[in-house]
Amino acid sequence: MSYATENHDIGGRHVSEAIEEIRIQDLHAFYGESHALHGIDMTVYQGELVTLLGRNGSGRTTTLRSIVGLIGHRTGSIVLKGEEVIRAAPHKIAHLGVGYCPEERGIFSSLNVEENLMLPPSVAPGGMSVEELYEMFPNLAERRKSQGTRLSGGEQQMLAMARILRTGANVLLLDEITEGLAPVINDKLGEVLIELKTRGYTIILVEQNFRFAAPLADRHFIMDHGHIVATIHKDELEEKSHVFDEYLSV
Amino acid sequence: MLTELLGFPPQVLFGQLLLGLINGAFYAVLSLGLAVIFGLLNIVNFAHGALYMLGAFAALGITQYLGLGYWGALIVAPIAVGAFGIVIERLLLRRLAGVDHLYGLLLTFGLALVIEGTFVKFFGSSGLPYPTPKALEGGVNLGFMFLPWYRAWVVVASLLVCGATWFLFERTKIGAYLRAGTENPKLLQAFGVNVPLLTTLAYGYGVALAAFAGVLAAPITQVNPLMGSNLIIVVFAVVVIGGMGSIMGAVVTGLAMGVIEGLTKVFWPEASATVIFVVMAIVLVLRPAGLFGKTA
Repeated sequence: MSYATENHDIGGRHVSEAIEEIRIQDLHAFYGESHALHGIDMTVYQGELVTLLGRNGSGRTTTLRSIVGLIGHRTGSIVLKGEEVIRAAPHKIAHLGVGYCPEERGIFSSLNVEENLMLPPSVAPGGMSVEELYEMFPNLAERRKSQGTRLSGGEQQMLAMARILRTGANVLLLDEITEGLAPVINDKLGEVLIELKTRGYTIILVEQNFRFAAPLADRHFIMDHGHIVATIHKDELEEKSHVFDEYLSV
Repeated sequence: MLTELLGFPPQVLFGQLLLGLINGAFYAVLSLGLAVIFGLLNIVNFAHGALYMLGAFAALGITQYLGLGYWGALIVAPIAVGAFGIVIERLLLRRLAGVDHLYGLLLTFGLALVIEGTFVKFFGSSGLPYPTPKALEGGVNLGFMFLPWYRAWVVVASLLVCGATWFLFERTKIGAYLRAGTENPKLLQAFGVNVPLLTTLAYGYGVALAAFAGVLAAPITQVNPLMGSNLIIVVFAVVVIGGMGSIMGAVVTGLAMGVIEGLTKVFWPEASATVIFVVMAIVLVLRPAGLFGKTA
């Protein structure tokens, strides 16, 4: 792997400043007979916020699920914080400091809000305290004894975010967090992401909503049919807008 | 003076009620174990009756050869049989994760036949006596009936174990893992919880509950290689009525079905063997997910 191209990719930052947090090489993933990812290569650096953009079925969710180990059949290489995890069990991967927020949010209906919040075990030191999280998401504090799935969609999304911030995970994999939510809630989520970025979290964001993602992200990976077809730096949004038109417009 | 209740002497009525409550206590502990196992493994554990029987035989062996007595057996037998369950889960059941439920049913049913067949070969199919513990011999005359201390103890011990299990599931961190693992084991594992280990422990716990019931039953029913296969059919009906995967549901339904069975013995003795299946059929028509089950 040539550092020169990587250096260009991250926008001319000096090589020594960039620590690789996730390096994926030639990743293939399969659901039964169907071949969902066809050789993904991507590197994400510590403190970066990157997006995976693309149409439904382009392989964005599968990429996240492969990183956390939820795709049974995957080949290639995924190096997380220097450790190869392509064959690791999901619970081992989480303890490298990874927090996963699934597309369907995954709030447990047999647990109340507080139990949902406290459920994921700590995976690294330095997680946010419960008080801090209730301050960030005041709605959750008010409804801490409610059944998890009685919350509104926006509140469930906040709960899904809050519970992985408590664990000390500093690599966050967020799948379609704005899907189906009111603009005012998306604004709130945007503020939260900016706050997380300033705190140094590494974030991979799967998004449908380009307007939400564009001002937040350092780089965009464009996916199509299980490939990464383009990598666009935040400074190149205008000149490469034709790529977005080609792969994102419905 | 109260001599008749609904046309029946109170001795008969209360006697059958109590008998029903004792049977219900066994139903409750056994269906509780099945519910715990079904929640995490998604397997209907057809070996449950055989493991209940193993509990009774373990009690016999522990009492005769280790000299620990009934109280020691009540602790050691569930642990030993639970450990055996853990071996079964690790060696066999684990390999069925992700395949059709039918395979789990076939495997556990086959296991039950193997275990029971082995014990019939060595012990025959007639029962071996197990003495009532000294401290619980005798009983008390309640006026309307004679209550043997041991039977009262069976109900109390069952309720204690059910209550402890409820507390474990609803009020502890492990319980939160178990509930979450029942709902979405993959996500729970992606959060960093060792779900395969949790599943093994859940199976071991469910099996230990069956063995505990087996020890409780030993002084009442004698120890017989086929003691579980007679009981387990009724317990499956109880589980269907209560609905899978609900702790409270399993306990309440178990006790209630025992009582209903007991009362039927008073009013219509011929129907007492089938009444639970009649209730099951009605529940299946009106609430297919069971009384306490969640309709998906």
